[in-house]
Amino acid sequence: MTTLTPPRREKKSQRKLLLYIPLLLATAFYLIPLYLMLNTGFKSFAEVDLQTMWRLPSGLHFDNFTAAFEQLAPALWNSIRLVIPAAFISSVLGSINGFVLARWKFRGADFIFPFLLFGMFIPYQSILIPLVEFMRDINLYGGVPGLVLTHVIYGIPITTLTFRNYYATVPNELVESARIDGAGLLETYWNILLPLSIPSFVVVLIWQFTSAWNDFLFAVVLTSPANWPITVALNNMAGSQIIEWNVQMAGAFIAALPTLLVYIFLGRYFLRGLLAGALKG
Amino acid sequence: MAEIRIENATKRFGDFVAVDKANLVIADKEFVVLLGPSGCGKTTLLRAVAGLGMADEGRITIGGRDVTYLPPRERKIAMVFQSYAIFPHMKVRDNIAFGLKMASVDPREIDKRVNNAAGLMHIEKLLDRYPSNMSGGQRQRVAVARAIAMQSEVLLMDEPLSNLDALLRLEMRAELKQLLAGIGATTIYVTHDQIEALSMGDRIAVMKDGLIQQVDHPTVVYDLPSNLFVGSFIGNPPMNFMRGQVQQNGALKVKIGDFELEPAERMKPLLKKYDGQQVILGIRAENMETLNHPVADGVKVQVRVVEPLGSQNLLTVKIGEDIIKVSTHPTFNVAPNNDVWLRFPADKIRWIDRDSEQVLYP
Repeated sequence: MTTLTPPRREKKSQRKLLLYIPLLLATAFYLIPLYLMLNTGFKSFAEVDLQTMWRLPSGLHFDNFTAAFEQLAPALWNSIRLVIPAAFISSVLGSINGFVLARWKFRGADFIFPFLLFGMFIPYQSILIPLVEFMRDINLYGGVPGLVLTHVIYGIPITTLTFRNYYATVPNELVESARIDGAGLLETYWNILLPLSIPSFVVVLIWQFTSAWNDFLFAVVLTSPANWPITVALNNMAGSQIIEWNVQMAGAFIAALPTLLVYIFLGRYFLRGLLAGALKG
Repeated sequence: MAEIRIENATKRFGDFVAVDKANLVIADKEFVVLLGPSGCGKTTLLRAVAGLGMADEGRITIGGRDVTYLPPRERKIAMVFQSYAIFPHMKVRDNIAFGLKMASVDPREIDKRVNNAAGLMHIEKLLDRYPSNMSGGQRQRVAVARAIAMQSEVLLMDEPLSNLDALLRLEMRAELKQLLAGIGATTIYVTHDQIEALSMGDRIAVMKDGLIQQVDHPTVVYDLPSNLFVGSFIGNPPMNFMRGQVQQNGALKVKIGDFELEPAERMKPLLKKYDGQQVILGIRAENMETLNHPVADGVKVQVRVVEPLGSQNLLTVKIGEDIIKVSTHPTFNVAPNNDVWLRFPADKIRWIDRDSEQVLYP
């Protein structure tokens, strides 16, 4: 037995190595744009050339980042003003919707839920004109609040679905036990289901944060230049004659940084939350 | 005072009648067990009392108050669920206190009651732990503590021990019985385990197919079942049933195979009506006398199987066309294929109508 163990372990590590090689290759492939972005971002304007785009910069030019940041700062602030309420409000609404749809079998619930989900499949482009008309009518055209409202509404189907599915896995007896103990519908939601659905909140908040932060189409259509979020501002940073690719890349990195950080620090909660509903019986 | 009256309670799920005109009166501080196989409607009836699934027809009163259509929280009840239903995100202390907090009880009083309930269930040391890393037995104790902390006059329990392993269940059975006797709440306890029902209840209500079959003291339900189902459901082994032919040639006799049995005097007038017809005889395994020598009033049978169970030897024998189980003293020496003689004490035989399956009582 003792003589048999070491070769087995070796075999296992060999297999692991074989697995890691394609994984590392795939990772490298996916990191190429990030490499180019950072690489170009640290170059001086003179160094930027298609011929030499793979070459490392002669020195680290942080001034690109400060220049990009100065230009993008108002837009960055607009994005933050947009993303935080958009993610938060749509999560809360999704949670309440999900609770009602999963736990309160009211008449018509079976009709309303699929109807709500249908909203997920409406292409952005198809509603742009009525959207603009509507925002004009309610005087929210051009500003950040109108964009927040759009993202909240577009987010409701996915957030409702996530929460409904999670609440449906909560054992019925838990809810009934709370009812016996004297909790009403809202108290049951607040004391039992809401705290239990923290993992779902993490998932939904990250999801909504990312999609609102990365959105370009709604933002470019609905906001005036002073209220541009970072995606639109980045696109318009390029001058009409010369494009300062190094500053542009530094700006792109600044624009991508928040979502990157969110995934790096909260990614594992994201996965855990996605799996929470599926695996816990 | 919390007498529970269930009058003509009916509950349907679509076309399926889960509980059919149930009538049951549970006296104040009484412990009644609802017993029956799965799907018999016992849990449905309990839930109608709890307010978790309102009755479609009939009336349920608690302490004279009509609660038929009141929501659970207005019924002043506490309940223990089969799956314990402990809130996983709350410490044990907060779990026990939850109902009291919902009822806006004074915080000092809550503290007192939580500690008291935890003391009764011996879980003082678990109060500041989360339920996730607790054993089934510990969770079960938390669930009971949560119910008793409410100090409700009515306590409902839905198979509270069925998720525990056999040994723990035996232990908790006695502990629960003692605890519940001390609390003095009117209790409805649902179980499918007939031994649990016999050992715990003041009275047992046996249910089948949505109908209450019999409500009585455990020994009565065991000894004098109202029908064939109750006899076959209660007891381990269940009551034996044999077919017999009633014959009146001068004296009234019942033939089982070749053996002629004389019924008890008080049964004769009833059995007269069955002259020439078949009846079913029911007798408990321990009520037959087994002998290893021929006797005039005994029937000769051949032993098929011998099961030594420690406290008794259980024999499987064939009599007439029927297979029955006979319990003997563990020292009774017998091997398979041996002949033994059985004696049926007349007062231990229950007579059952073949069509209605009702036990005949004079």
